[in-house]
Amino acid sequence: MSKTRTISEKSMSERVSTAIFIALVVSFFLLPLIWLLLAPFDSAPSYRLHLSNPGLDNFKEMAQNPYAYRSLINSIVFSAGTGLAIILVGAPASYVLSRVKFKGRDGFLYILLLFSSIVSGSAAMVPLFLLALKLNILDTYHGVILVLTGGLLPAAIFILKDFTDSLPKSYEESAQIFGASSFRILKDIVVPVIRPGLAVIFVWTFVQAWSNFLVPFIVIRDVNKQPGAVMMYSFYNEGGQAVIRTVAAFALLYTIPIIVMYYYVNKKYGFRFYGGIKG
Amino acid sequence: MSKSLKTGSQAKKPGNSVLRGGVASAFLTPATLFIFVFLFIPAGWTLYLGITDYKLTGLSAVNQKIIGLANFQKALHDPQFLNSLKVTIQFTLGSAIFGQAVLGFLLAWVLSTVSKRLRSAVELIVICAWMVPSSVVSFLWVAFLNGDNGTLNLLTGLHLQWLIKYPLQSIIIFNIWRGTAFSMLLFSAAIAAIPKSHLEVARIAGATKFQQLRQIILPTARPFILTNLLLITLWTFNDFGPYLITGGGPGGKSELLSIFVYNSALRYLDFGYGSAIATMMLGMNLVLSLIVVTLGRKQQKKK
Repeated sequence: MSKTRTISEKSMSERVSTAIFIALVVSFFLLPLIWLLLAPFDSAPSYRLHLSNPGLDNFKEMAQNPYAYRSLINSIVFSAGTGLAIILVGAPASYVLSRVKFKGRDGFLYILLLFSSIVSGSAAMVPLFLLALKLNILDTYHGVILVLTGGLLPAAIFILKDFTDSLPKSYEESAQIFGASSFRILKDIVVPVIRPGLAVIFVWTFVQAWSNFLVPFIVIRDVNKQPGAVMMYSFYNEGGQAVIRTVAAFALLYTIPIIVMYYYVNKKYGFRFYGGIKG
Repeated sequence: MSKSLKTGSQAKKPGNSVLRGGVASAFLTPATLFIFVFLFIPAGWTLYLGITDYKLTGLSAVNQKIIGLANFQKALHDPQFLNSLKVTIQFTLGSAIFGQAVLGFLLAWVLSTVSKRLRSAVELIVICAWMVPSSVVSFLWVAFLNGDNGTLNLLTGLHLQWLIKYPLQSIIIFNIWRGTAFSMLLFSAAIAAIPKSHLEVARIAGATKFQQLRQIILPTARPFILTNLLLITLWTFNDFGPYLITGGGPGGKSELLSIFVYNSALRYLDFGYGSAIATMMLGMNLVLSLIVVTLGRKQQKKK
């Protein structure tokens, strides 16, 4: 009701300028993206935007490339591994931080918040490389997973702690009389209570790890262990025009899981601010 | 945070807490260990390496020693570093402050006045640019700006090698495209929080759009604007993404500090010098983070 009034009250010039602004913004954001929708299906892809004889030949050619296929598997290993590690390490910690008022908790949270924003991947890449070298985890799957887990853990703990804060405590209080072991508490109390939060944090971590370029770029040298992020870069950085068919198909295949997961999180929980913390 | 503090102090009463002390520390230890190893040690190690002459090649590879502030003095006279610093400041001011924040605010403001459908559609496109993985968007921009038959040249009828002629401008525009979604979403939330009646009253009183902006929207959104500016400055200042497009070149014209650290330490294996530059980045991050966290706490307390 108020909407129709707003529209009628708008002056002509206001509507025109709004339309022009939106048209410009949409073209600016859409134009670079169109290539990703057309080129994978183009029979002769190039940098140029066009679509002739659309088909799946590029995907067939990509399937012939053993590195392309393997890098996607590697991405799944890195992302799922990091997701699991974050849950294993982060869930118990955020549960305690939410439910137990221990001495120094606020200090702990303050330091965690501060350091997680100070120590960025760019500023800490030298010691991270040396750490991986000294721990003998260069060129290993668990090396990437460990470094990514370390980097994403603070943000994950904050998201999970906020989530746990919002849950009522009645269920856990009734369970405490058993004086259960820590494993039982974890299994029977913590996990059931924060399960929806765990799903979100897993998807969030998966997306961050899947897109992360810097960590595998530093930790992995062996081309057989590279994830999609680094493979995509090597394709266009070293391959030039020769592999553009593979690049086109690969770019789309590598992007789709991210779009699907964002869609899922958005639909279920609203992702508005979860993507804001970049690796 | 103040809410959780209250529940926390209730939990402190004996018998009210679900977890015994031993269990609590068992739950907290792995995370603390991770944070120590991957957050504290790297920070400390960077500071230490910055005052050494540690290289992976040459004599000091075997015999590294502490050389005090020599790396920092070298930096102050290194035209490449000074150029990188300048490039980083231009990149951060241009793409974060003037680009993402202004465009994000304009988008949030304009989209708050259009139909829900149009708004969701435009938001979706802007968010797409934000969520597609960085190595993919980098290639999309390499294709978009390609000198022979990139989309931009086809549209403008020019035949420019954008990434070679205007590398810094290119990555600034790219980063506006890449990151505006965050500011847009944050300002949308801020504008949505303004009571409809306030704007209604202003409109009936005959306030122009500009007056509404200055007298109602901007004052209400001020805390959001400050937080947003600090956060995007922090992220943009540390961004490594443009490496995937220009590699810092040509001739260092788009060599951000993050790329400078990568090149000097991991390409030319001068860990000491690279770490000294990284130390300066940590210092800048510390200042920005302190302001963000302190502001955040103040706002929490007000609630």
